[in-house]
Amino acid sequence: MLELQDVTAGYERRVPVFRDVSLTVAPGEAVGLLGPSGCGKSTLARVGALLHRPDAGRVVIDGEAAAGWRHRAPRARRTAFGVVFQQPRLSADPRLRLTDLIAEPLRANGRGNEVTYNVRELAEKVGLGPELLGRRPHEVSDGQLQRACLARALVLRPRWLVCDEMTAMLDASTTAALVAVVEEYRAETGAGLLAVGHDRVLLQRWCDRTAEWSDLGASPGK
Amino acid sequence: MAETAPETAKTAPETAKTAPEAAKTAPVTWKPAGTVRRSTRAWRVRSSAVIVGLVVLAVLVVPPLVQLDEQAVDLAAKLQPPSLAHPFGTDDVGRDLLLRCVYGLRVSLLVGVVAAVVATVIGTAVGAAAAASGGWFDRVVMRLVDLFSSVPHLLLGIFIVAMFTPGVWPVVISVALTHWLSTARIVRSEVLSLRSRPYVDAAISGGASRWRVAVRHLLPGVLPQAGLAAVLMVPHAIFHESALSFLGLGLPTHQASLGTLVQAARGSLLAGDWWPTLFPGLFIIVPTLAIAGLAGAWRERLNPRRRSELML
Repeated sequence: MLELQDVTAGYERRVPVFRDVSLTVAPGEAVGLLGPSGCGKSTLARVGALLHRPDAGRVVIDGEAAAGWRHRAPRARRTAFGVVFQQPRLSADPRLRLTDLIAEPLRANGRGNEVTYNVRELAEKVGLGPELLGRRPHEVSDGQLQRACLARALVLRPRWLVCDEMTAMLDASTTAALVAVVEEYRAETGAGLLAVGHDRVLLQRWCDRTAEWSDLGASPGK
Repeated sequence: MAETAPETAKTAPETAKTAPEAAKTAPVTWKPAGTVRRSTRAWRVRSSAVIVGLVVLAVLVVPPLVQLDEQAVDLAAKLQPPSLAHPFGTDDVGRDLLLRCVYGLRVSLLVGVVAAVVATVIGTAVGAAAAASGGWFDRVVMRLVDLFSSVPHLLLGIFIVAMFTPGVWPVVISVALTHWLSTARIVRSEVLSLRSRPYVDAAISGGASRWRVAVRHLLPGVLPQAGLAAVLMVPHAIFHESALSFLGLGLPTHQASLGTLVQAARGSLLAGDWWPTLFPGLFIIVPTLAIAGLAGAWRERLNPRRRSELML
């Protein structure tokens, strides 16, 4: 169970983007979060994935309240979340080849010996051929790069997936392919999903339930 | 389809390339604005590379090869204008100026390169530490940087040199300690901008430690900028060495450096002997512009949008 309780967060002291927002994702559940742009839904997703410290409120993961964010969160807690962002260009280190991009979380956790097998298999799953794996981000398309970013999010087999507008930059066929990969992974592992977006049709078809930003008890920050 | 994007991206440079060719064959008299500037830029980069190559060759190869004493005094041949025996002429005690210029360039370049490297290391460390820790530490360090920046470099440099006995190393220390400030600013802002990129978020979520994020993602992103700052600093450092020596505070007068040579030539210039001033002066200006030209080309590759900025 991932519970966000009365979260207030923002990027400036005393000027929160939103106040007192609550959202719950049950184990294995897929929740779509819909809202207008700029409302703070991405920020809420980052708070949930322990990447942004909220000004107030609690994040409770499986009954245990999170005490630290970013590097202050214990490694096992951070890696329980697989995160995919909206813009693949910004979420991939431009210097890493796609293989290293996907393998980076394994290496960061001292599991570099598993790289060869895991990366090849995952790349195939997300639809990246071996000839693409040796390329750097600027040598592949947005769609191909987002496939690699999804593989990177899955490589540690997280219990929660946070997809922050994952398909906003992509065309319909790539969107369908990536959603299928996420669903296959969830069917296999029972991972929960928080999908943020403003494509109502997509999220309603993809997720078990969708939450409307205005229904979350959100009051505007200012 | 998003997968077709590389193809369209590949065709873009080809269409750009056809523009100059079209200008060549077309009977119209005007030229596209980009073509002239592009060719002069290529020429500038090439000539800069040749000059820097010659300088490195002269500095590394000539002294061990010729084995002449650049301090050999020949009073019978003092203050001779340029000739075949002495292409740059001789100074007021008959020392060959070509030889002294080459040796002087060697000393000045050594000072310039070492000082630039030391200053860049200090600046990178301070800037990265300030950006990484943030909060009060960042604020205090950057205000100190502002404080030191408000004092003229040369004045601070003179102050530092005055604490030591004259020699090469006090000059290096003085130039290094006065030139890391701008690098610290550049590196700090670069780290701050890199740190907020989503790929750092992704790395944290993937379990990367602070150290791993810094070494694997932040430092490689900053190094090109820091390296460029170092190269741009070399000519600046040579200027400062020359200025300190010219003021009589840098190197002792018998040791040939570009600054001491110009300084020693002051008296003879008033008597109408132009060569002891002109040639060391050219040795300061030409390699300096060449290094700056190469650094400018590097900067254009790093950041094509800043093309219009000055080179120095």
